[in-house]
Amino acid sequence: MQRDAHSALTVGLILGGALLMAVLDLGTAATSALHVPDFVVSLVGKYLCYAMLALAVDLVWGFAGILTLGHAAFFALGGYAMGMYLMREIGARGVYANPHLPDFMVFIGWKELPWYWFGSNHFWFAMILVVLVPGLLAFVFGFLAFRSRVTGVYLSIMTQALTYALMLAFFRNDMGFGGNNGMTDFKDILGFPVSARTTEVGLMLLSAAILAAQFLLARWLVRSRFGQVLVAVRDAESRTRFLGYRPESYKLFVFVLSAVMAGIGGALYVPQVGIINPSEFAPGNSIEAVIWVALGGRGTLSGAILGAVLVNFAKSWSTTAFPGLWLYALGGLFIAVTLFLPRGIVGSLAAGLSRLSQPSAAPLAVGARPEPACHAAPEPAP
Amino acid sequence: MTEGNRGKGRRLGRLLLLCLGFALFRPAPAAAADPFAGLASPDFSRIEQAVEALAASGNPRAAALIDALAANRLYTWRWPRPDNGLFIKEPDGGFVAARTGEKIATPPFPVIRPVIVNDMVRSAIEAARGMLDLLSPALAVRGKAAEALFEAADPASLKLIDVALARERNPGVRRLLLEAQAAARLNSAATSIAERIAAVKVVAGRGDLPARALLASLGSAPSPVARAAAAAVHQIDRTLALWNVLETVYYGISLGSVLLLAAAGLAITFGVMGVINMAHGEIVMVGAYTTLVVQQVVAATFPAFSNESLILSIPAAFLVAGLLGIVIEQTLIRFLYGRPLETLLATWGLSLVLIQTVRSIFGPTNQDVSSPAWMSGAVHLGGLTLTLNRLWIIAFTIATLALLMAVLSHTRLGLSMRAVTQNRRMAAAMGIRTPLVDALTFGLGCGIAGIAGVALSQIDNVSPNLGQSYIIDSFLVVVFGGVGNLWGAVVAALILGIVNMVLEPIAGAVLGKIAVLVLLILFIQRRPRGLFPVRGRAVEA
Amino acid sequence: MGQKTEEALVGLDGLKLGRREFGGLGMGVAAAAATLGTASLVSRAARAAGDKIKVGILHSLSGTMAISEAPLKDVMLMLIDQQNKTMGGVMGKELVPVVVDPASNWPLFAEKAHELLSVEKVAAIFGCWTSVSRKSVLPVFEQLNGILYYPVQYEGQECSRNVFYTGAAPNQQAIPAVDYLMNQVGVKRWVLAGTDYVYPRTTNKILEAYLKQKGVNSADIMINYTPFGYSNWQSIIAEIKSFGSAGKKTAVVSTINGDANVPFYKELGNQGIKATDIPVVAFSVGEQELAGIDTAPLVGQLAAWNYFESVDTPANKKFIADFKAFVKNDKRVTNDPMEAHYIGFNMWVKAVEKAGTTDPTSVIDAMIGVAHPNLTGDFATMMPNHHLSKPVLIGEVQANGQFSVVYQTPGLVVAQPWSPYLPESKNLIGDWLPPMSCGNYDVVAGRCLGRTQKS
Repeated sequence: MQRDAHSALTVGLILGGALLMAVLDLGTAATSALHVPDFVVSLVGKYLCYAMLALAVDLVWGFAGILTLGHAAFFALGGYAMGMYLMREIGARGVYANPHLPDFMVFIGWKELPWYWFGSNHFWFAMILVVLVPGLLAFVFGFLAFRSRVTGVYLSIMTQALTYALMLAFFRNDMGFGGNNGMTDFKDILGFPVSARTTEVGLMLLSAAILAAQFLLARWLVRSRFGQVLVAVRDAESRTRFLGYRPESYKLFVFVLSAVMAGIGGALYVPQVGIINPSEFAPGNSIEAVIWVALGGRGTLSGAILGAVLVNFAKSWSTTAFPGLWLYALGGLFIAVTLFLPRGIVGSLAAGLSRLSQPSAAPLAVGARPEPACHAAPEPAP
Repeated sequence: MTEGNRGKGRRLGRLLLLCLGFALFRPAPAAAADPFAGLASPDFSRIEQAVEALAASGNPRAAALIDALAANRLYTWRWPRPDNGLFIKEPDGGFVAARTGEKIATPPFPVIRPVIVNDMVRSAIEAARGMLDLLSPALAVRGKAAEALFEAADPASLKLIDVALARERNPGVRRLLLEAQAAARLNSAATSIAERIAAVKVVAGRGDLPARALLASLGSAPSPVARAAAAAVHQIDRTLALWNVLETVYYGISLGSVLLLAAAGLAITFGVMGVINMAHGEIVMVGAYTTLVVQQVVAATFPAFSNESLILSIPAAFLVAGLLGIVIEQTLIRFLYGRPLETLLATWGLSLVLIQTVRSIFGPTNQDVSSPAWMSGAVHLGGLTLTLNRLWIIAFTIATLALLMAVLSHTRLGLSMRAVTQNRRMAAAMGIRTPLVDALTFGLGCGIAGIAGVALSQIDNVSPNLGQSYIIDSFLVVVFGGVGNLWGAVVAALILGIVNMVLEPIAGAVLGKIAVLVLLILFIQRRPRGLFPVRGRAVEA
Repeated sequence: MGQKTEEALVGLDGLKLGRREFGGLGMGVAAAAATLGTASLVSRAARAAGDKIKVGILHSLSGTMAISEAPLKDVMLMLIDQQNKTMGGVMGKELVPVVVDPASNWPLFAEKAHELLSVEKVAAIFGCWTSVSRKSVLPVFEQLNGILYYPVQYEGQECSRNVFYTGAAPNQQAIPAVDYLMNQVGVKRWVLAGTDYVYPRTTNKILEAYLKQKGVNSADIMINYTPFGYSNWQSIIAEIKSFGSAGKKTAVVSTINGDANVPFYKELGNQGIKATDIPVVAFSVGEQELAGIDTAPLVGQLAAWNYFESVDTPANKKFIADFKAFVKNDKRVTNDPMEAHYIGFNMWVKAVEKAGTTDPTSVIDAMIGVAHPNLTGDFATMMPNHHLSKPVLIGEVQANGQFSVVYQTPGLVVAQPWSPYLPESKNLIGDWLPPMSCGNYDVVAGRCLGRTQKS
């Protein structure tokens, strides 16, 4: 009962907050005290997309025990798929007025679109790519890795290598994705001008709705029988295997699902920030996503969302408020949370609450269980 | 051999002849109006001619003037005046009149400007100085001059070479002179075809890049010579291709040693202790900045030992980084044992703080850590060019690793470290003070990272971002080798280095690196515990 | 308005307290945090109202680009401070700098630009360094009609109404440098080495077309790209060395960026390649970059810029002395982008005074034709294509880390943002004066390709 309230409250806050923002932006005069500037709307939209990434990371790390340090790669791939569509929407409005080719291709002297851009002018096709590309990459990577039982820190570093390799690849101009400059200067999405106020509000509302849907899906998943097996895999993979489950299948499924969720986040992110470039693949971005989750509370889905929003808000605010010192504040925050709130904000609060009322059966508390040191006793080589 | 070099050489030949002329025949002093006039010109080609003329003039002030010009100590009027005034700034700050060497009482400072030299003038200066070198009593100087004559390959120098050959007794320099002679003959229209073909053989005998360049430039020579030269070029290319393989291996080893050095500290803190230390790169950076500080302190207090400050930096960086490591362990890491993934979060935060601290203290820009003389330059080994700084780093890496292994396997501290990491409770039961050992182990790992910073300061930027560029590679090395295995890290770093350098010329630097990463990912699928897994009986890691 | 916003802040603070209560249930509170964000951002804007003009400074103070960008922030602070002290601001109003840190993060650049323009309501922004950061903020400036002064040499192929490009276009840096090497040094064989991103790619493409037009064989051109921050130069330099051993004078034209330069030059020095053997002319190496290198082995290597710290003019002497005094550090150096900001800032002041307002539309129109003395002598003039006319200087590295000028273009060079050497841009020009008012006008087709004034 109490946990249903949890979901309802999270979803209600996401949707209610977003609606409130929308009303305060569109429905009030610019001089009104209650007016929310457009700038804040797109900022909130951006946070919501990051929250999707955090949710995806929490699903695999918090519930399946896969510490991914490369999830931003899926986010960026989704973003690139959307970026391709947005580039094609520019049409002949680019600086060279070429009706078929994006500016950066005209510029590197290409005469026709490469094959992998085929169909990117259709929105529905781009949406398929948004789901398919991250999903496929996650499937191939996960299939190989989980089948050969690459676990723990080995897996983490490999995900890092994956996103690093992708970053280097997308930096190359010859890849046909715009190199370091990436894709930018978008005009329309589905015929609506991207920088129009109403489009920005619409995208923000859409992000909120999709985030809420993703949250509900994840919540349903982890509370289902599937989710319980997942937690069992997280806590004792071998024991689960001996009981007759196939941990690799469970992990693969959740890994692919989470990659798709991150990809959708990326796709919504791009029209709202107006640029996608290879630095989205930077290994640091993936590590940061993990940190959002840790800060909010690993294994608590709402904590992941809270962590993403809080950290990014802190970043937005402090880079303007004290531009020379904000790294101290952010670094200090991470250290302080680790030392004093080992279960993250939501995890600690939940633990505090349940201590006050009655012990909860929720499979939330991750930080409580000491994890085995990665070096301690590896399994024999196959 | 480039045309520029040849131009330089032609000039050198001309000068040498003139000089020899003076030495042998003592003609009347040059009658030219003012051999110095052109030096005051704003036009580089006039300055260049003036330097040549000056060197040939036999004027007793020539050497002083040319030296002053080379050192940017030659001044002229800021606005041209008919007397073409030239002044030399003495090291004490005073001025002398360039033509006479007399001291000037009131320095004409505000109305004069230094005479600027560019590459062309600098070549002329080099040639003018080199002219005297062929007759120098010092063997090395003569050898260098002969080598310059070879690169010049100027027919005008043939007579001079004959004179020098007649005097030269040292076989090494003689050989160089003979090669120079052959090179000059190749470009001389007066030499017979047969002699020139013989010269091709002599030049080809060197088998190096300058010889190849010279032979490759003979395309327009009479066809038998050109054919012989083309065949020789082909031959040299084949030899060079062989050397190239060796060179690639050397580059690979050198890259591998840099990777290994950067990863060695992590192999302790992460590999042995299991702390996912994201601030590792920043500890390396602290080591590099320690090098900077030591260098500045030494330069300020004992300038005579500036060349040796790097040696002093090694223990200094070890101590600074090691102490920093112990402080980090005591204030942060020790609360997180048993929660390795959370060390990731805390040390990531720590890395942000360290970067910003260094940026606040030293500023965001690159710092100049100069290389000592004994680390600059290169040695030539057959067809290989081995740069000294890389050689030293390879040696340094080997020494560091040897020392580290000795500490781990032959000291009481090493024994305790291994005991604690293998079975903490048992070790504690045996009376080992595990908290102390933890702190010392982390300090040791950080200290090693610090001395890696000393080495990296010699080949990379010393900036707050230094650490960030090595952190991923360091983790890859440790994981590829097998966490907890120092030898694994050694082999992994070497393999990564060599594979990278082999792929680079084939695929380009970017694709090569991508290929290495993909190969690594695939390899880990085959061996999920790295190259050398630590074996144990437990099922789960 | 300020008053009302303060009230809003109080109201929203109430909401913050409320949030804490149900935060106990462990809620993800996107909306509440963001609403708080609004409140704090808006209140900041409200606090600095009154008779002041705000100037935005958008340079990375952290992250990889801080090395280059952070010193530009200092220059801007100094210029604004001087303007306030000596002239009492602009039009009698005090100038207030608003410094933000986009942290070398490209989406953050766009976010900060948006914030500066729409929340802080700055009159103009001085900022950006990399091309990608400029591309990232460009739509924001065009949408909100802001003014950006971009101080860095860049690849061209862009001409926005809302941007004033005070750095060099390729024809103000690369082509004179190649001319110098070709005509004065007699270079016949060319290595175009660059970091793999758009500036080197474009510059090298322009240079390749230019060299071929001058009769250079493709076999005599070697093009090489390396990733950002590349540090393992051994094999590439060995390759350059053997490329240079083909019997023709060889030079390297380097568009290697930032961090990769120090290891590049160190390796060059160690492999014994001197400027007299294979000269290297660089477009991204200035006094700031040399400050991190031991320059002894580099003496004679070349760089092409529109400004060198060593240029001996009274204006430059004063600028350098002022800067050193302002940052209270005698060791700091000045460089080309700093001069670009110096020119850009003074031009902005003149344009504001000319227009009598800080309204962007009027200032943008007033900017064209404004002239200001360069620090190296002569006048820079803002052209209708929003670029400057500049002198081009070629300098050789000296042992003291400075450059000595070995060549200077006889007159000023007018920027060509659209390169005439590239097929896709050879028909394009930019001209923001009426009646054309177009950033990409196709002179052959006789029409504007789209970058017109937003109405």
